[in-house]
Amino acid sequence: MINLEIPKKFKPLATQANQVATEVFRPISRKYDEAEHSYPKELDMLASLIDGMNEGSDAAGGAGAAGVRREKSDDGENRNGSNLSTVLGIIELCWGDVGLLLSMPRQGLGNSAIASVATEEQLKQYGGKWAAMAITEPEAGSDSAAIRTTAEVDGDEYVLNGEKIFVTSGDRADLIVVWASLDRSKGRAAIKSFIVERDNPGLKLDRLEHKLGIRASDTANFTLQDCRVPKEALLGDPEVKEKGFAGVMETFDNTRPLVAAMAVGVARAALEETRKRLKQAGVDVDYSVPALSQHAAAARFLEMEADYEAAWLLTLQAAWMADNSKPNSLQASMAKAKAGRACVDITLGCVELCGVVGYSENDLLEKWARDAKILDLFEGTQQIQLLIVARQLLGKSSSELR
Amino acid sequence: MTTATDTEKSASVAERGMGFGLRQLNRLAGSDLLDRIRLRKQVERALFQGTKNGFRSATAAGRTFKSAQQLGKPARQKKSRSKGLFDLGPDDEQQMFQEGGRAFAADKVRPAAHDADDACETPKELLTEATELGVNMLGVPEELGGVMHEQSAVTSVLIGEALAHGDMGIAYAALAPGAVATAIGLWGSAEQEATYLPAFTGEDVPAAALAILEPRPLFDPLALETTAKRKGDEWVLKGAKSLLARAKDCELFVIAAEAEGIGPALFIVESGAKGLSVEAEPAMGLRPAATGRLLIENVKVPASALLGEGDAKAKDYVDCVNRARVAWCGLAVGCSQAVLDYVIPYVNDRQAFGEPISNRQGVAFVVSDIGIESDGMRLATYRAASRADRGEKFDREAAIARRLCAVKGMEIGSQGVQLLGGHGFVKEHPVERWYRDLRAAGVMEGALLV
Repeated sequence: MINLEIPKKFKPLATQANQVATEVFRPISRKYDEAEHSYPKELDMLASLIDGMNEGSDAAGGAGAAGVRREKSDDGENRNGSNLSTVLGIIELCWGDVGLLLSMPRQGLGNSAIASVATEEQLKQYGGKWAAMAITEPEAGSDSAAIRTTAEVDGDEYVLNGEKIFVTSGDRADLIVVWASLDRSKGRAAIKSFIVERDNPGLKLDRLEHKLGIRASDTANFTLQDCRVPKEALLGDPEVKEKGFAGVMETFDNTRPLVAAMAVGVARAALEETRKRLKQAGVDVDYSVPALSQHAAAARFLEMEADYEAAWLLTLQAAWMADNSKPNSLQASMAKAKAGRACVDITLGCVELCGVVGYSENDLLEKWARDAKILDLFEGTQQIQLLIVARQLLGKSSSELR
Repeated sequence: MTTATDTEKSASVAERGMGFGLRQLNRLAGSDLLDRIRLRKQVERALFQGTKNGFRSATAAGRTFKSAQQLGKPARQKKSRSKGLFDLGPDDEQQMFQEGGRAFAADKVRPAAHDADDACETPKELLTEATELGVNMLGVPEELGGVMHEQSAVTSVLIGEALAHGDMGIAYAALAPGAVATAIGLWGSAEQEATYLPAFTGEDVPAAALAILEPRPLFDPLALETTAKRKGDEWVLKGAKSLLARAKDCELFVIAAEAEGIGPALFIVESGAKGLSVEAEPAMGLRPAATGRLLIENVKVPASALLGEGDAKAKDYVDCVNRARVAWCGLAVGCSQAVLDYVIPYVNDRQAFGEPISNRQGVAFVVSDIGIESDGMRLATYRAASRADRGEKFDREAAIARRLCAVKGMEIGSQGVQLLGGHGFVKEHPVERWYRDLRAAGVMEGALLV
């Protein structure tokens, strides 16, 4: 039975998340945008609360990281599970502030990676900790197969050496999930992820970045120098296999809808504020009158709202497929591509529509427009998503369509 | 002329219309311009087509619609009841219709599309086969011989999408009568249902048109220029309606008019009504639907022609406008998917600079965009339709789906041609037709219903 509404059972979760966004995030949104690199201490209590929410209900994924494990279901019953609830929670929280969501203790993308592929023992050992994700290097951004950080076996340990940049929450997290190659001559098949404790002496913080947006979230650069981790720190299968890298990349099928959800949340914040401002200025959006017969601002708004809706629905689709154990790599990238670009277009469009009110720091519209851009970059840029979508649609390998 | 009756008056308008056409024709024929640019043959052939469709002619003679056994109160399809979970899977019944529609579209519609576009006509056999699929009775309540137990907006969208994957113009021709049946099934009185719906459940379904769109820029279906004035026990309708599928064959019209004292409302008008005439109105696309304009010149209809009973007419009319928009979105989604499915093998096969052009990001990313945006259009359309089936408000969702289909659908139509380069511009490939058809998604109002 085709139904694209949010199920009632997730309403309490969405309401709760919205309250957090309204009562906790929004009031400190500007403060931490201005005070870049200072830790939003208000989030500690909130993180405990969210841990509690996650514990309390396995259907409610809360803010993110707990909820990306795939559930097995082969009974043919339609499921609305943790992927969907997580997406819904993230949308609400990012409607509040995406930078603060990214700063939420224990809700990092590293947590998602761990939740997605960790063994039971690893889950036990690293559960309850805050994990950041370190993939990008100065010479390897989207081309993650080209990473130069190495991991050499030495007895019961791996020794990591290399440089990592753009590590979200890298300074504040307890753990860093580091991508490194077991054998650079074997290409992507040898790339594995390793859990590194933040206080590992071989992990040296170089600096924190100053950024266009999401300034509440720290972005760290590291050097790994003879950084030793136990063998158990390797996530997933230690064997170097042809398909191994695909397994690592599968994590992204689960996390891309989450980033798409962030973009949806920011876009919605801008649209709601703009609708209110336009109304004050005497422009109402009418859904029955053809767009082009309305005020130009209303027509523009409608177009942006339509883009928003497409992004939102594509995101829900990708999460729903994950909940129902359907392969969703294509839909995950579609959602990320659409939501990323829609979020940038919409927030910038809203600034333009609201004029000075949009552009000035008195309001948050300009901040959302700055925050938006990262969402079309991290977890795979717009162009990477288009590449993934194209390869799937056209049936091309990465060597054919480069 | 002051003593002429209304009928005579309208006849003379028709004659003058014909006279004007002939004058223009004569001037063109006498000019040597055509010979100079060697166009005479083509123009003569085009004229033959035009004449075949008729300048202005009377509406089809039409059958007599008689009230069959009447129920005490109007029958209505039930609202659909969802389990309340987000779900993108169609139910069994919907899937059956969807599969039937897809097979028919692939086996029969697509192969006929090129010639139907050329001829401005859909072969009768195709329309008959579509009728056999049940497409015209989706909105007919079960009690009156329909097949759908519950409301059928989603099912209608799925069928529209499937048929338009074959061809959007043929889909329009095939689905247009169903819009009239659905309108009467949704809002008609018991007597109106008993009179008109039986014709749509048999084999010989009449051509029929839901006439809302009017020929002017910035048309707004809530600000109609077609009027209905009260005159004693009758209504007198006046105006013009555009781009109706198979207008000259239509036996029944549901006409939207600004009704005195009511606002915009729908009237059931049989083709035999005095003062109705049609003229061919071929357009950029949707040509297999043989689109025509309906001229309404002081057409008198009884009070019982006003669709529905009670005070909800204005609300029903807005509902009708929104349902039509969702229906057109369904067609745009199907046509956009056709573009995607066609360009994929093309760009994979087409070689340039020693390799398939799809190995280049400049080409491949366009394919990605078509995939992404058509999926977004589809989801937005499904959402609007499923809300309608459950009786939820869906004006916002319909407006959004329409905006997406108008903007993204047209982009997809354009990209389809672009990816084939010059080959996309010639009629050997269907993409130029889809380019023309997809423009309709932002233009059409009424005409189809879910």
